[in-house]
Amino acid sequence: MRICEIMELLSAKPLTEDCDESLEVSCACASDMMSDVLAFPKEHMALLTGLINPQVMRTADMLDIRLVIFVRGKQPGAETMAMARETGITVLATPLTLYIASGILYLHGLRDGTKG
Amino acid sequence: MIGLREEFPVVAMDFQTAGEASAQIKRLLKKLGVNSGVVRRLSIACYEAEINLVIHSMGGRLTLIVDAHEVTLISDDDGPGIPDIDLAMSEGYSTATDDVRMMGFGAGMGLANMSRNADRFHIESKVGVGTHIEMRFILGEHIA
Repeated sequence: MRICEIMELLSAKPLTEDCDESLEVSCACASDMMSDVLAFPKEHMALLTGLINPQVMRTADMLDIRLVIFVRGKQPGAETMAMARETGITVLATPLTLYIASGILYLHGLRDGTKG
Repeated sequence: MIGLREEFPVVAMDFQTAGEASAQIKRLLKKLGVNSGVVRRLSIACYEAEINLVIHSMGGRLTLIVDAHEVTLISDDDGPGIPDIDLAMSEGYSTATDDVRMMGFGAGMGLANMSRNADRFHIESKVGVGTHIEMRFILGEHIA
Protein backbone atom coordinates (compact mmCIF):
# COMPACT_ATOMS: atom_id res chain seq x y z
CA MET A 1 0.00 0.00 0.00
CA ARG A 2 1.37 3.40 -0.96
CA ILE A 3 1.79 6.22 1.55
CA CYS A 4 -0.50 8.52 -0.42
CA GLU A 5 -3.31 5.94 -0.05
CA ILE A 6 -2.62 5.60 3.69
CA MET A 7 -2.75 9.39 4.07
CA GLU A 8 -6.13 9.51 2.39
CA LEU A 9 -7.61 6.57 4.34
CA LEU A 10 -6.44 7.90 7.71
CA SER A 11 -6.80 11.64 7.01
CA ALA A 12 -3.14 11.74 7.90
CA LYS A 13 -0.70 14.60 7.47
CA PRO A 14 3.03 14.22 6.87
CA LEU A 15 5.26 15.49 9.69
CA THR A 16 8.49 14.98 7.77
CA GLU A 17 9.54 17.18 4.88
CA ASP A 18 10.24 15.48 1.55
CA CYS A 19 7.50 12.93 2.20
CA ASP A 20 7.80 10.32 -0.56
CA GLU A 21 4.12 9.63 -1.19
CA SER A 22 4.96 6.82 -3.59
CA LEU A 23 6.77 4.83 -0.89
CA GLU A 24 5.08 1.44 -0.34
CA VAL A 25 4.65 -0.76 2.71
CA SER A 26 3.47 -4.36 2.59
CA CYS A 27 2.34 -4.86 6.20
CA ALA A 28 1.89 -3.03 9.47
CA CYS A 29 1.98 -3.50 13.21
CA ALA A 30 0.38 -1.38 15.90
CA SER A 31 1.66 -1.07 19.44
CA ASP A 32 2.81 1.31 22.13
CA MET A 33 5.23 -1.34 23.36
CA MET A 34 8.45 -1.20 21.39
CA SER A 35 9.44 -4.51 22.99
CA ASP A 36 6.53 -6.12 21.14
CA VAL A 37 7.38 -4.40 17.87
CA LEU A 38 10.94 -5.76 18.09
CA ALA A 39 9.58 -9.27 18.48
CA PHE A 40 7.72 -9.21 15.16
CA PRO A 41 10.01 -7.75 12.51
CA LYS A 42 8.90 -7.89 8.88
CA GLU A 43 10.22 -6.36 5.69
CA HIS A 44 8.59 -3.13 4.46
CA MET A 45 6.50 -2.76 7.61
CA ALA A 46 4.70 0.36 8.81
CA LEU A 47 4.43 1.10 12.53
CA LEU A 48 1.34 2.67 14.07
CA THR A 49 1.79 3.92 17.61
CA GLY A 50 0.64 6.40 20.22
CA LEU A 51 4.11 6.52 21.76
CA ILE A 52 6.03 9.60 20.64
CA ASN A 53 9.41 9.39 22.35
CA PRO A 54 12.69 9.13 20.37
CA GLN A 55 12.98 5.41 21.10
CA VAL A 56 10.16 4.88 18.59
CA MET A 57 12.49 6.12 15.84
CA ARG A 58 15.40 4.13 17.20
CA THR A 59 13.26 0.98 17.21
CA ALA A 60 12.01 1.72 13.69
CA ASP A 61 15.55 2.27 12.47
CA MET A 62 16.73 -1.07 13.89
CA LEU A 63 13.90 -2.85 12.07
CA ASP A 64 14.33 -0.92 8.79
CA ILE A 65 10.81 0.49 9.21
CA ARG A 66 10.43 3.36 6.75
CA LEU A 67 7.00 4.63 7.84
CA VAL A 68 5.79 5.58 11.34
CA ILE A 69 2.20 6.74 11.89
CA PHE A 70 1.40 8.57 15.11
CA VAL A 71 -2.24 8.19 16.16
CA ARG A 72 -4.71 10.31 18.16
CA GLY A 73 -3.23 13.52 16.73
CA LYS A 74 -0.14 13.19 18.87
CA GLN A 75 2.70 15.55 18.03
CA PRO A 76 6.19 14.21 18.65
CA GLY A 77 8.87 16.52 20.06
CA ALA A 78 11.83 18.01 18.23
CA GLU A 79 14.19 15.23 19.30
CA THR A 80 11.95 12.50 17.91
CA MET A 81 11.54 14.34 14.62
CA ALA A 82 15.28 15.03 14.38
CA MET A 83 15.91 11.32 14.70
CA ALA A 84 13.29 10.59 12.04
CA ARG A 85 15.04 12.95 9.61
CA GLU A 86 18.46 11.58 10.50
CA THR A 87 17.36 8.00 9.83
CA GLY A 88 15.23 8.80 6.77
CA ILE A 89 11.95 7.62 8.28
CA THR A 90 8.72 9.10 6.93
CA VAL A 91 6.33 10.20 9.70
CA LEU A 92 2.57 10.71 9.42
CA ALA A 93 0.07 11.87 12.04
CA THR A 94 -3.58 10.85 12.06
CA PRO A 95 -6.35 12.10 14.35
CA LEU A 96 -7.77 8.54 14.50
CA THR A 97 -7.21 6.17 17.42
CA LEU A 98 -4.81 3.25 17.16
CA TYR A 99 -7.70 0.80 16.97
CA ILE A 100 -9.62 2.64 14.25
CA ALA A 101 -6.55 3.49 12.17
CA SER A 102 -5.35 -0.13 12.28
CA GLY A 103 -8.83 -1.41 11.42
CA ILE A 104 -9.13 0.83 8.37
CA LEU A 105 -5.74 -0.22 6.99
CA TYR A 106 -6.51 -3.88 7.66
CA LEU A 107 -9.89 -3.61 5.92
CA HIS A 108 -8.16 -2.13 2.90
CA GLY A 109 -5.78 -5.04 2.60
CA LEU A 110 -2.68 -4.02 4.51
CA ARG A 111 -1.66 -7.30 6.10
CA ASP A 112 -0.64 -8.00 9.67
CA GLY A 113 3.09 -7.52 10.21
CA THR A 114 3.10 -9.85 13.22
CA LYS A 115 2.12 -12.97 11.28
CA GLY A 116 4.63 -15.25 9.62
CA MET B 1 38.65 -5.04 8.05
CA ILE B 2 38.58 -8.70 9.10
CA GLY B 3 39.47 -9.15 12.75
CA LEU B 4 37.63 -6.03 13.88
CA ARG B 5 36.88 -5.71 17.59
CA GLU B 6 35.19 -2.65 19.05
CA GLU B 7 33.68 -1.87 22.43
CA PHE B 8 30.67 0.38 23.09
CA PRO B 9 29.95 1.54 26.66
CA VAL B 10 26.29 1.68 27.75
CA VAL B 11 25.13 3.89 30.64
CA ALA B 12 22.45 2.67 33.06
CA MET B 13 19.06 4.41 32.90
CA ASP B 14 20.19 6.88 30.24
CA PHE B 15 17.33 6.91 27.75
CA GLN B 16 18.81 9.91 25.93
CA THR B 17 21.61 7.79 24.51
CA ALA B 18 19.87 4.39 24.58
CA GLY B 19 20.17 2.81 21.16
CA GLU B 20 23.13 4.88 19.98
CA ALA B 21 25.56 1.99 20.32
CA SER B 22 23.22 -0.27 18.32
CA ALA B 23 22.84 2.38 15.62
CA GLN B 24 26.65 2.70 15.38
CA ILE B 25 27.04 -1.08 15.20
CA LYS B 26 24.41 -1.33 12.48
CA ARG B 27 26.15 1.37 10.40
CA LEU B 28 29.50 -0.32 10.90
CA LEU B 29 28.23 -3.72 9.75
CA LYS B 30 26.57 -2.20 6.68
CA LYS B 31 29.84 -0.43 5.84
CA LEU B 32 31.70 -3.73 6.15
CA GLY B 33 29.33 -5.29 3.63
CA VAL B 34 27.75 -7.82 5.98
CA ASN B 35 24.62 -9.23 4.33
CA SER B 36 21.40 -7.41 5.13
CA GLY B 37 19.68 -10.40 6.77
CA VAL B 38 22.46 -10.77 9.32
CA VAL B 39 22.59 -7.00 9.88
CA ARG B 40 18.87 -7.00 10.56
CA ARG B 41 18.92 -9.91 13.02
CA LEU B 42 21.99 -8.59 14.77
CA SER B 43 20.59 -5.06 14.99
CA ILE B 44 17.44 -6.32 16.72
CA ALA B 45 19.39 -8.52 19.16
CA CYS B 46 21.89 -5.72 19.78
CA TYR B 47 19.19 -3.15 20.49
CA GLU B 48 17.45 -5.56 22.88
CA ALA B 49 20.76 -6.12 24.67
CA GLU B 50 21.47 -2.39 24.84
CA ILE B 51 18.01 -1.59 26.19
CA ASN B 52 18.42 -4.34 28.80
CA LEU B 53 21.73 -2.81 29.86
CA VAL B 54 20.04 0.60 30.18
CA ILE B 55 16.99 -0.70 32.06
CA HIS B 56 18.31 -3.49 34.23
CA SER B 57 22.05 -3.13 34.73
CA MET B 58 24.34 -0.85 36.66
CA GLY B 59 26.05 -0.04 33.38
CA GLY B 60 27.94 -2.20 30.94
CA ARG B 61 29.29 -2.57 27.46
CA LEU B 62 28.64 -4.16 24.10
CA THR B 63 31.56 -5.69 22.24
CA LEU B 64 31.43 -6.36 18.52
CA ILE B 65 33.83 -8.86 16.99
CA VAL B 66 33.82 -9.42 13.24
CA ASP B 67 35.77 -12.07 11.42
CA ALA B 68 35.47 -13.69 8.02
CA HIS B 69 32.91 -16.29 9.06
CA GLU B 70 30.86 -14.81 11.86
CA VAL B 71 29.97 -11.75 13.87
CA THR B 72 29.98 -12.01 17.65
CA LEU B 73 28.16 -9.60 19.91
CA ILE B 74 28.92 -9.66 23.63
CA SER B 75 26.96 -7.87 26.32
CA ASP B 76 28.64 -7.52 29.72
CA ASP B 77 27.38 -5.62 32.71
CA ASP B 78 28.51 -4.65 36.19
CA GLY B 79 25.53 -6.18 37.99
CA PRO B 80 23.21 -6.79 39.63
CA GLY B 81 22.99 -10.24 38.00
CA ILE B 82 19.98 -12.45 37.26
CA PRO B 83 18.85 -14.84 40.04
CA ASP B 84 16.83 -17.17 37.76
CA ILE B 85 17.90 -17.22 34.10
CA ASP B 86 15.17 -19.67 33.00
CA LEU B 87 12.52 -17.35 34.41
CA ALA B 88 14.15 -14.29 32.85
CA MET B 89 14.22 -16.06 29.47
CA SER B 90 10.48 -16.79 29.50
CA GLU B 91 8.47 -14.42 27.30
CA GLY B 92 6.40 -11.93 29.24
CA TYR B 93 8.43 -12.07 32.42
CA SER B 94 9.92 -8.70 33.33
CA THR B 95 11.11 -6.83 36.39
CA ALA B 96 10.94 -3.46 34.59
CA THR B 97 9.35 -0.54 36.42
CA ASP B 98 6.24 1.33 35.27
CA ASP B 99 8.46 4.25 34.20
CA VAL B 100 10.33 1.95 31.83
CA ARG B 101 7.05 0.57 30.47
CA MET B 102 5.92 4.14 29.79
CA MET B 103 8.96 4.39 27.53
CA GLY B 104 7.67 1.40 25.54
CA PHE B 105 9.96 -1.26 26.98
CA GLY B 106 9.89 -3.93 29.65
CA ALA B 107 7.43 -6.35 28.04
CA GLY B 108 9.64 -9.28 28.98
CA MET B 109 10.56 -10.19 25.41
CA GLY B 110 14.20 -9.09 25.34
CA LEU B 111 16.24 -12.17 26.18
CA ALA B 112 13.95 -14.50 24.22
CA ASN B 113 14.13 -12.18 21.22
CA MET B 114 17.92 -12.05 21.38
CA SER B 115 18.04 -15.84 21.44
CA ARG B 116 15.59 -16.05 18.51
CA ASN B 117 17.63 -13.70 16.33
CA ALA B 118 21.10 -15.09 17.07
CA ASP B 119 22.50 -18.28 15.53
CA ARG B 120 24.17 -19.11 18.87
CA PHE B 121 23.12 -17.68 22.21
CA HIS B 122 24.82 -18.09 25.54
CA ILE B 123 24.02 -16.38 28.82
CA GLU B 124 25.57 -16.66 32.25
CA SER B 125 24.94 -14.55 35.30
CA LYS B 126 26.05 -14.28 38.90
CA VAL B 127 24.06 -12.26 41.40
CA GLY B 128 26.15 -9.44 42.77
CA VAL B 129 28.64 -9.71 39.92
CA GLY B 130 26.93 -9.32 36.55
CA THR B 131 25.58 -10.89 33.38
CA HIS B 132 27.49 -12.03 30.31
CA ILE B 133 25.64 -12.68 27.06
CA GLU B 134 27.35 -13.93 23.92
CA MET B 135 25.56 -14.03 20.58
CA ARG B 136 27.02 -15.36 17.35
CA PHE B 137 25.77 -14.67 13.84
CA ILE B 138 27.05 -16.86 11.03
CA LEU B 139 27.88 -15.00 7.84
CA GLY B 140 26.39 -16.58 4.74
CA GLU B 141 29.20 -15.31 2.57
CA HIS B 142 32.65 -14.08 3.46
CA ILE B 143 32.88 -10.34 3.78
CA ALA B 144 35.59 -8.33 2.05
